[in-house]
Amino acid sequence: MDAELSTATEIPQPESFSFDEESLKAIDVIVKRYPPGRQASAVIPLLYVVQRQMRRSTGSAWVPNKGMDAVAERLGMAPIRVYEVATFYFMFNMKPIGRHHLQVCATTPCWLRGSDEVSRACRDAGKLGGWGQTSEDGMFTLSEVECLGGCVNAPILQVDDDYYEDMDYESTVKLIEALRRGERPAPGSVIGRQTSAPEGGPQTLLDVPGE
Amino acid sequence: MALSDKDRIFTNLYGLQDWRLPAARKRGQWDGTKALIEKGRDWIIEEVKNSGLRGRGGAGFPTGLKWSFMPKQPGDRPHYLVVNADESEPGTCKDRDILRHDPHTLIEGCLIAGVAMGAHAGYIYVRGEYYNEHLVLQAAIDEAYAAGLLGPNACGAGWDFDLYVHRGAGAYICGEETALIESLEGKKGMPRLKPPFPAAVGLYGCPSTVNNVETIAVVPTILRRGAPWFAGFGRPKNSGTKIFCIQGHVNKPCNVEEEMSIPLRELIEKHAGGVRGGWDNLLAVIPGGSSTPMIPKAVCDDVLMDFDALREHKTGLGTAGVIVMDKSTDLIKAIARLSTFYKHESCGQCTPCREGMGWVKRMMDRMVEGRAEVTEIDVLEQVTRQIEGHTICALADGGVWPVQGLIRHFRPMMEERIAAYKAGKAAPMALAAE
Repeated sequence: MDAELSTATEIPQPESFSFDEESLKAIDVIVKRYPPGRQASAVIPLLYVVQRQMRRSTGSAWVPNKGMDAVAERLGMAPIRVYEVATFYFMFNMKPIGRHHLQVCATTPCWLRGSDEVSRACRDAGKLGGWGQTSEDGMFTLSEVECLGGCVNAPILQVDDDYYEDMDYESTVKLIEALRRGERPAPGSVIGRQTSAPEGGPQTLLDVPGE
Repeated sequence: MALSDKDRIFTNLYGLQDWRLPAARKRGQWDGTKALIEKGRDWIIEEVKNSGLRGRGGAGFPTGLKWSFMPKQPGDRPHYLVVNADESEPGTCKDRDILRHDPHTLIEGCLIAGVAMGAHAGYIYVRGEYYNEHLVLQAAIDEAYAAGLLGPNACGAGWDFDLYVHRGAGAYICGEETALIESLEGKKGMPRLKPPFPAAVGLYGCPSTVNNVETIAVVPTILRRGAPWFAGFGRPKNSGTKIFCIQGHVNKPCNVEEEMSIPLRELIEKHAGGVRGGWDNLLAVIPGGSSTPMIPKAVCDDVLMDFDALREHKTGLGTAGVIVMDKSTDLIKAIARLSTFYKHESCGQCTPCREGMGWVKRMMDRMVEGRAEVTEIDVLEQVTRQIEGHTICALADGGVWPVQGLIRHFRPMMEERIAAYKAGKAAPMALAAE
């Protein structure tokens, strides 16, 4: 990929960006959700499209400047409106990240259940110096995130799109080693819990009509 | 008198069964929806009012009343239903289970709510991190369209209704209804001044109502089983069933749907395996998500889990995210981490919040160390009062309430920390002075 150094940010930006076929298909579906004249509503979904295309094509899920320009052009928005949205929301990576994005929830509910151990395991096993860093091999980027909304399964480590739940130091190390081998363990509770039910199995909803 | 399974609305809360339409129908969803719709808008609103349902997103505003604020006669502007699935209040993970395990309760509720407020379109704003959950929800919506339950003449009841999923991108503030609307319009999630309220000027400048996922999802069952059934649970004005998220220092953290007004102790001991180390090892509980001030064990011993009982103790039911902290907890640090959260999530629009959340965080960080003067506890308390109520939205209120709760109940702990810091510092200084 041709890259030039932006003097302002020191982030190597691609010289161009255009939507690939898969992205164009996704965009067609997205823009139909909003009433005529309200295409700006699609800005967040389209920024996701850019970020996913970057992951497909470069292995790094992020939003380059030219990607934001492409969104602005597609939606008929002033580029600055797209830039301010992209930088306001935390899920858009404004610089390249590693192959896997390790996102440790460190808000109080996860902290009470040992999120410090999860982040320590990420640093040890992922060879990461600290928050915001990417490992030298380009495999992992480590981020501290705020409450992920899975608090009864705390602590939670989000890897890319998936939640890994009920983590501790050992299970985090195991997960990162598996990712390094190119494996993708099933998301969810790593101690075998049935989603948000109490450990050992549900004590309610045992008498439910249905299947 | 605990809730029995036959009175639980979310019968697939844990995902033991299939979320798809055929299985959902066997659990009773989409049963007689056409007939409910045909009873008309006024009947629906009246039933919801009579059920006593109060919003499940934190504020607890009566749902039927909120719906009645929508214009009665359709004007030239369309009406919109907006569902708040931006679940981001620390300690809250109930809507996630509805989205991924019982999505048809929500979808059916959207159609009925749409009829009740004269809306032909609805948007469900799902927090960006719930990627897998949004895939399930979208697939469930696609099923509903294919079965004729959504779209033109939905359910064959003569009402056109379209339902869309919209993902956010990681901003707590978008759980505030007007910030959510701004975000849905493609802007930064910055709250709007009210009035005008969304029922008058909401999404795209049109009459809109924003409701929490759980609020909408309980409505079909209320209509099927009748308002008196729902109103029969919990104390007056606090009626119904509720999903509680019990977490922190309990033996078995879990989500559970229970009757409103259940005693906190019973909730924790019956469903979450009790406090780690036993009830006497309890230090404090944050009863309703991070914004609600903590209550010490003495209050926890017999407090009921509903809006009014918790308000009597200067806290609230909020989202019913019950954060349990045992005696091993550094409470000051637990609250300081929440201050960090609110600083991170402030949208920056109002000065008291933008500057205040950072100031409170820095102050709390010093309190964790004890690197402060005792009089600074008073300064901290006074500043939280200056912040509270002086911003467009309630984020800053929610940001300072946990600090106020800490000072109210655990001031001696903060003073001890300061004294210990001074003692640690004083010793070497004294030596040096000799």
